[in-house]
Amino acid sequence: MRDSIRIWTCLSGLALGLASYSWAQDSHIGKLTGHIAAGKDDFARNCNGCHGVRGDGKGTFAQYLDPRPRDYTLGVFKCRSTPTGTLPTDEDLYNTMSRGIVTAAMPSWASLRPEIRADVIAYLKTFCPRFKTEKPGTPIGIPAETAVTIADIKAGAEVYRKMECARCHGAEGRGDGPDAPTLIDIKKRPIPPYDFTQTERFKCGTTNAELYRTLMTGMDGTPMPAYLGKLTPEEGWALVHFVRTLQTARKSPERKVLSATGTP
Amino acid sequence: MADFRKTENWGVTGGNRSRILKQGGSAGFAVALIAFLLLSIWPEKATAIPAFARKTGMRCAACHEAWPKLTSVGQNYKDNGYQIGNERDSPVYQSPLYWAMAARATPQWHSELNSAEATNQAKSGVQPVKTQGFDISGMDLWMAGTISKDITFIILPSSDEYGNFHFESMWVRFDNLLKSRWLNVKAGRFELDHVVSEKRILTLSQVGGTYQTYHYLPQVDAKAFAATGVASGELGTSRTSFGLGDNQLGVEVMGHSKNDYTRASISVLTSSDGAVNLPTSKSYDTFMTASRAFDIGPLGLQRVGAFSYIGRAPTRYLTQTPGGGGTPVEIAGSGYGNKGFTRTGGFALLSVKKLDIVPVYTHATESAFVALGIPSNEALPAGVNSPVWNGRMVEFFYTQNLQFIVIARYEDIRNAQQIFSKSASDFGDLDAETIAFRWYPFTHSRAGLAIEPEYAKVHQMGVSAAGTNQTLRSAFIGLDFAF
Repeated sequence: MRDSIRIWTCLSGLALGLASYSWAQDSHIGKLTGHIAAGKDDFARNCNGCHGVRGDGKGTFAQYLDPRPRDYTLGVFKCRSTPTGTLPTDEDLYNTMSRGIVTAAMPSWASLRPEIRADVIAYLKTFCPRFKTEKPGTPIGIPAETAVTIADIKAGAEVYRKMECARCHGAEGRGDGPDAPTLIDIKKRPIPPYDFTQTERFKCGTTNAELYRTLMTGMDGTPMPAYLGKLTPEEGWALVHFVRTLQTARKSPERKVLSATGTP
Repeated sequence: MADFRKTENWGVTGGNRSRILKQGGSAGFAVALIAFLLLSIWPEKATAIPAFARKTGMRCAACHEAWPKLTSVGQNYKDNGYQIGNERDSPVYQSPLYWAMAARATPQWHSELNSAEATNQAKSGVQPVKTQGFDISGMDLWMAGTISKDITFIILPSSDEYGNFHFESMWVRFDNLLKSRWLNVKAGRFELDHVVSEKRILTLSQVGGTYQTYHYLPQVDAKAFAATGVASGELGTSRTSFGLGDNQLGVEVMGHSKNDYTRASISVLTSSDGAVNLPTSKSYDTFMTASRAFDIGPLGLQRVGAFSYIGRAPTRYLTQTPGGGGTPVEIAGSGYGNKGFTRTGGFALLSVKKLDIVPVYTHATESAFVALGIPSNEALPAGVNSPVWNGRMVEFFYTQNLQFIVIARYEDIRNAQQIFSKSASDFGDLDAETIAFRWYPFTHSRAGLAIEPEYAKVHQMGVSAAGTNQTLRSAFIGLDFAF
């Protein structure tokens, strides 16, 4: 009887362990669950031409792309809701896949069914051992946005100066700061700072909240630092509003406030 | 080797400031080939553009379930004006060495059998005739891409197997006007906005290389025609060769949702069935279509839609007598006395895991004046009606993997109202069957090759020269490649 209990206990433990491992390997985005096996074919169809069959960013076309495709084996991702240095959540990866990355070759895959996107996320996590041993970081909180005022924008300009953003992004946000030619990424490849004047969107989203989050989490694998803990929420929002004014191609509340003061 | 001022800030280990500065600077094909029959195909029937794969870096398979058949991603890419939307679609971001050009052709072996070919030697006037051998197709020479962000173009010179070129497609499209996906305007010569695209057909034989339901025209029953007692030389000659699968000249306004689940378009087209240089009249046709996709959980994405083509064709022309005299000839473009024709129907793209099912239904009408070439100012002879017919098609695709797909298609066309009351009720009715598979030895982002064996048959009632039923059969194996 005692042996029987012991055996059942071991088997239950093993089953729980396997289930837990399987759960960790799947992806979970809201009510969606993505499965590795299902994602393999879709990754082969849609992704490995650039990201490579091993997810190492060495697809047949990778050599022609600038920036190069993400190397999933490193487990380093630009667009996250989690603090710098931690793994992204499945939802972060899903959102990046759905949104695409502006100014890079990564298209939006929103036309793929959500289930397929979730499956692909589950599969791409298998390329990096970190996803087997680490949990994603805890998403950072985004405080309520402050009002857009001229004082706020001026405060943002001061933060931009204080944090030396212009050294990379340039005084007018054109990505032409003095350090710009010297920047490299985690693969030691040259990487240009973002030119705010060029597009209306950012790599990790389009909204002010997404821009705030990017400033706080940084863009891992690139020289873009994380300001979580270095800026107060008010300073963070002020910086967001100031950066918006650098987007000269975009009509925004920030530019409207700025132009009302007679500033070009 | 570069060194780094700060290497702890790459976000891998949770560093703080992350500015990083550097200092300094088969042999088995032959056997298979002989085993199958093949048939010449006009290469413009399919649309696969390796230049896009070379531009985007994605495998052909990302946009093509099996090229040229589109995936939902490919349909979205097309509807976005062949743009990724990453602010790098303008050609100024492409390598100067990139050239938006691709070519497609299909060397092949095929066999054709006509069960009732009209010959002088047959006592009945018709006899079976079979021909077979190695052959070539024509060629598509695609030039396609973006002129600038949100301005797209296609130029498609296409040749027949003799090398006679024409412009199959030539258009410019302005995408996302007013920053809206719902306002895209295209002008030129283009394929009608079919989600079930005949240009992307996967079967290539002479018989199986077209959708019968997209091209069917009412047949003139010679015996019944003679019974009308009408002897005009013009009568019996249709005033249109319209086909839903034919490229047309005009302007298209198209819109779609972000994920392309909802899409719609309307086109205004010159009433010439795509013929250039304004050969008919000053009138215009209209084509409109709309569809909506639904995500049905484990079954996947299912799309349903409808379309309607409202066309007109002239029944009379101004004429002039040549300088030296003789028979008056019609003046091109001077047509008048227009009469109408319509094609209205619905379609669906259904999928169950690896199986896609594509049903299409078409209801067609045509004025008897157009069908028989009767001038509009004359009365219709007794017993002559405007023909009405219905076409049904269902196509099956089983995609085993990225490199292997099986295709099966069945079509039937039934005449609901014959041109002549005295014709048999099933005169001209048609049944067509096609089965094929395509094997893609590789799937990368530079070029494509498919090896395709195919068998197709069309059986039509009473249409041979002797008034008997006629069956056309094609057997085909082709090497369909695009580069």
